[in-house]
Amino acid sequence: MAAVETGRHHTSYRSELRLWHTRPQIVRMAVLAVVVAVLPFVLDNYWLSLANTALIATIGAIGLNILVGYTGQISLGQGGFLAVGAFTSAILTDRVGIPAPFSIIGAVVLTAAVGVIVGLPALRLKGLYLAIATLASQMVILFIVRRWGFLTEGQGFLDVSRLEVFGFRLDRANFEQQWYLILLVLAILAAFTATNLFRTGVGRSFMAVRDQDIAASAMGVNLTRAKLTAFAVSNGYVGLAGALMAHYTEILSWEKFTIDVSILYLAMIIVGGMGSIAGAVYGAVFMTILPVLVREAADVVGGAVPIIKNQLPAVEHGVFGLTIIVFLIFEPRGLNRIWERVKDWFGFWPFRY
Amino acid sequence: MSTFVTLLVIGLSEGAILALAALGFVLIFKATGVINFAQGEFLLIGAYSFYTAFVIMQLPIVLALLVGVLVAVIVGVVVERFILRPMVGQSHISIIMVTIGLASVLSAIVQMFYGTQPRAMPPILPRGSVSILGGSVPVNRLWAIVICAVVLGLLTWFFQKSRHGVAMRAVADDQQAAMTVGISVRRVFALSWALAAISALIAGVTLADVTAVEMNIVNFGLLVFPVVIMGGLDSVPGTIVGGLTIGLVSQFVSGYMDPGLAEIVPYIVLVLVLLVRPYGVFGEKRIERV
Repeated sequence: MAAVETGRHHTSYRSELRLWHTRPQIVRMAVLAVVVAVLPFVLDNYWLSLANTALIATIGAIGLNILVGYTGQISLGQGGFLAVGAFTSAILTDRVGIPAPFSIIGAVVLTAAVGVIVGLPALRLKGLYLAIATLASQMVILFIVRRWGFLTEGQGFLDVSRLEVFGFRLDRANFEQQWYLILLVLAILAAFTATNLFRTGVGRSFMAVRDQDIAASAMGVNLTRAKLTAFAVSNGYVGLAGALMAHYTEILSWEKFTIDVSILYLAMIIVGGMGSIAGAVYGAVFMTILPVLVREAADVVGGAVPIIKNQLPAVEHGVFGLTIIVFLIFEPRGLNRIWERVKDWFGFWPFRY
Repeated sequence: MSTFVTLLVIGLSEGAILALAALGFVLIFKATGVINFAQGEFLLIGAYSFYTAFVIMQLPIVLALLVGVLVAVIVGVVVERFILRPMVGQSHISIIMVTIGLASVLSAIVQMFYGTQPRAMPPILPRGSVSILGGSVPVNRLWAIVICAVVLGLLTWFFQKSRHGVAMRAVADDQQAAMTVGISVRRVFALSWALAAISALIAGVTLADVTAVEMNIVNFGLLVFPVVIMGGLDSVPGTIVGGLTIGLVSQFVSGYMDPGLAEIVPYIVLVLVLLVRPYGVFGEKRIERV
């Protein structure tokens, strides 16, 4: 390998616009591409279903990171927004009879609209006040989901029919593999669009609002428009995640959208790295695998310390909280920063910097 | 009329307990600027530590309360020293998230040792009911109001008159200026966390006595947020008014309309307040500079 990159010297506009600049970057992406392409053939259904859950979480976490990490508007309403996307898409498909792809688009649009409505108070609120206002929206949306008989036809849960894309119906035998492909494509699309969003003027204005909103408005950023656009775009992704969740899990009930889900998604972007798309991906994968790891570990330790095995849900909950605390204290910029440090260490070796 | 009186007293007692819990929150926010999402878990820890001392260890009530206070102080100081001090200077979002993580850990610890089943505790406050204006009113609710009123009064006096209270207000006003006149900011931080944990302990034990010792205390703690937002986050009288309002509104809605709706009415009130006055009813408006 050539010497370490000392800076990026662009000689043409084309090279400046490229997503990946250096050879190691391209090599890493190629390796990653091969790995994700091979996964569905080597993993069994259990691990594939985890991968699918992680992919859906990735889309949702990217959406939340646009709002929280890039625009600095904290939201505790993620669970409610997921519910809006999920129920919209399920009802449009099964009761109105719109083909699934279009009802998913409908869910994205509607969730974005709901986000704008919730975002309206955000124009005047900051920090804690905004956190509580979004908490209120979470509570109200969840209440509607629980009480509005129309959504579940009074039975408390909603069955969603098997996904059908333009006449192609997923079959039972290859269910997880087919979903993996669909979700992988959508997650990659989400990551690409989000990355590119922050290379445009709109995306830059989001970051300006995060760093110092008064200064941003003094420089000509329209705060109202930036904040509302951020809420709409972010919730578009969240609505997509919700709709996919509906079609993938094929059953919806209010328990899937509680305040704990909102906190889980916030934990994903904290652990992964706030204000980075890659971080949202790392965080979503990490937080999906964490409970599985805890369960495996509990099986091993459980013989010696029975309390860990008997109180598994409590242990999972505790480890979850501890993960958030440890990351915030020791690496507030998350897994993404750790990965960068690893790269630096190898890149600069044998020197410190 | 009879239902009205019963609902009024129950609402006032819930409101008084809420105000006490919220005061702990305001205490921490005022002195240290930290938004404590784990206040409900502090109530939980308080109720369960008292339960452990009083029922499991069979200690007399005064000793049990002392054990509760000891646990509360230790938890408060440890949390301040090891979790929040490293976070000084971080963004709002990080500090909110660290207390959310703390909330998970605390409730997980309680759940690991006590499970999710409600625990029975012998009544501390006198049971039975008296009739006021034709409505039957549980006596322990009346006592709960009295206890909360006394504790709230004591804490308010502490803030206004005592040496440490004045030091806390000075730190809340301007940390650097407080340091220059020789106030130990660290000690004030630890003191405010300990006091918040103690007020949560009293609120938690009172709540556990009028309801039950169970994990649901946490959900009650979540109602602290509508209260403090109404009160404006840093005002003690505002907290009391906010607590009583939220307690009354949710009881009346639950009694006259729909118990399920009562769970979210506080949040609807909250959104309405925020739409009209984004800094709460009693909060002071801050002018922001770049």
